[in-house]
Amino acid sequence: MAEEPVAVSPPHDCPGTSSAQAGKAAACQGCPNQRLCASAGPAGPDPALEEIQEKMKGVKHKILVLSGKGGVGKSTFSAQLAHGLAANDTKQVALLDIDICGPSIPKMMGLEGEQVHQSGFGWSPVYVEENLGVMSVGFLLSSPDDAVIWRGPKKNGLIKQFLRDVDWGEVDYLIVDTPPGTSDEHLSIMQYLGATHIDGAVIITTPQEVSLQDVRKEINFCHKVKLPIIGVVENMSGFICPKCKNESQIFPPTTGGAEMMCKNLNVSLLGKVPLDPQIGKSCDNGQSFLSEVPESPATSSYKNIIQRIQDYCGLHQSQEK
Amino acid sequence: MEELGGEKSNLAGVRHILLVLSGKGGVGKSTISTELALALRHAGKKVGILDVDLCGPSIPRMLKVQDKDVHQCDSGWVPVFVDQDKSISLMSIGFLLEKPDDAVVWRGPKKNALIKQFISDVAWGGLDFLIVDTPPGTSDEHISTVESLRPYQPLGAVLVTTPQAVSVGDVRRELTFCKKTGLRVIGIIENMSGFVCPHCSECTNIFSKGGGEELAKHAGVPFLGCVPLDPQLSQSLEEGRDFIQEFPKSSAFPALSNIAQQILDVTSSQSS
Repeated sequence: MAEEPVAVSPPHDCPGTSSAQAGKAAACQGCPNQRLCASAGPAGPDPALEEIQEKMKGVKHKILVLSGKGGVGKSTFSAQLAHGLAANDTKQVALLDIDICGPSIPKMMGLEGEQVHQSGFGWSPVYVEENLGVMSVGFLLSSPDDAVIWRGPKKNGLIKQFLRDVDWGEVDYLIVDTPPGTSDEHLSIMQYLGATHIDGAVIITTPQEVSLQDVRKEINFCHKVKLPIIGVVENMSGFICPKCKNESQIFPPTTGGAEMMCKNLNVSLLGKVPLDPQIGKSCDNGQSFLSEVPESPATSSYKNIIQRIQDYCGLHQSQEK
Repeated sequence: MEELGGEKSNLAGVRHILLVLSGKGGVGKSTISTELALALRHAGKKVGILDVDLCGPSIPRMLKVQDKDVHQCDSGWVPVFVDQDKSISLMSIGFLLEKPDDAVVWRGPKKNALIKQFISDVAWGGLDFLIVDTPPGTSDEHISTVESLRPYQPLGAVLVTTPQAVSVGDVRRELTFCKKTGLRVIGIIENMSGFVCPHCSECTNIFSKGGGEELAKHAGVPFLGCVPLDPQLSQSLEEGRDFIQEFPKSSAFPALSNIAQQILDVTSSQSS
């Protein structure tokens, strides 16, 4: 009869039950599941990896939107990037939201309340436009109060499904919106997409040091996992009072902002986006800020940044050829 | 087991445990945790802060102790004291990193193991309040923290949101988390609620307005107040200054003091 694992808290420094060191590391001594882990034998390659690689063959460019810090505007940026790229209706754009606990993308794309449908080819993305499809755990929840209270392994399982089972079709740009941090979701997306080509990461920050200190860790993470960095976007960069037109630095760049950080770490600064109350409003209303407020300075900032990202992807494509 | 014995002794001297939660990132959990600690200190209380955000530990810098080290004693780790009077102490993974830019790239089990250690192995001594600052979400850190703290009957949780629907959407889920885990919700704070231009005093609702208050009403939990966007507050946090002491005329000060008072009222109604 198969031995069942005992439900205990893992030892400090537990290497993880699917790791090659499972049951064999020094930390495993004394753990009631040590024998089970050690006898499991070397874990074979996950068949899903090959399936994902196959699925991703139809995806020309993959862009991860990251930040060590929460609340800097990753999802906001991902949404505008998706709209911006999809403005060219000859391009097929896919937006994948892997923030399992806090999925913001359905609301921002005006897709709240939509559900995922199954077809013969897998899960169908939810389409905003004909050429812009979206997938998020938000579409799997039946109520806005539903909380996804999952530990890492379960979150990883869903991310795997998003990559393997969603029928993305032929896609020019796959944008992956991530939660803050450097943990399960980030490791998993790198693990599952690592064998395919990822163009790179766009890292979002705000000007103040409290954000930059987390973003430096994220840049460090990218280097560790050999993820190229397309560049950094400094969001919430100054606020112009609509009445007196004076500028205020609500999130002051006390240590030189993203500009100084990028210089020190030798990464590209893609641009700075000022605070505009219309951005939050558009996101809350599920509309494209770029279309709703084309005259805003923030819109031109976004568009310039999006163009630089396209240029980066295009350059790489021609280098590959 | 000795682990349980260790937990009992290190948290035994803590009178009230308060969690600061939000489903959403970047709404001001660490800011509120820090300012609450400073305000409670000014009310004469001894406060500890436990920063369980392992990927993005913000509190050391906010209290200007980012260069300090943690030491061991017989009962475990000695928390870092923020001031001469030892009235605020802090534990964070930030103190355990060799270099501040080192990324903590851990999966759930490893994070859970460290959080359990933080809860059982920090020699807090006698505290009036232990404030637990959390990362955004409803995952490993939150489950482990609530499970480990359960035997010590936390006072409850303060939930932080910003006014706009996208934040409120995540905080609704956090409310569900609290319900499911039996964690009392002391109230909701609406942070970054309006910005008053220092040049002309015009108020702009940069991140909308009212969402936090509406959520509190809808969920039947107390609304603790609106804290406006205040560049002096942001600057204070950047420089690790005592905002409560240095900026009593600032726009965020009344709201933050009020929130601290409401927390004190909850604890005094509890004791009576």
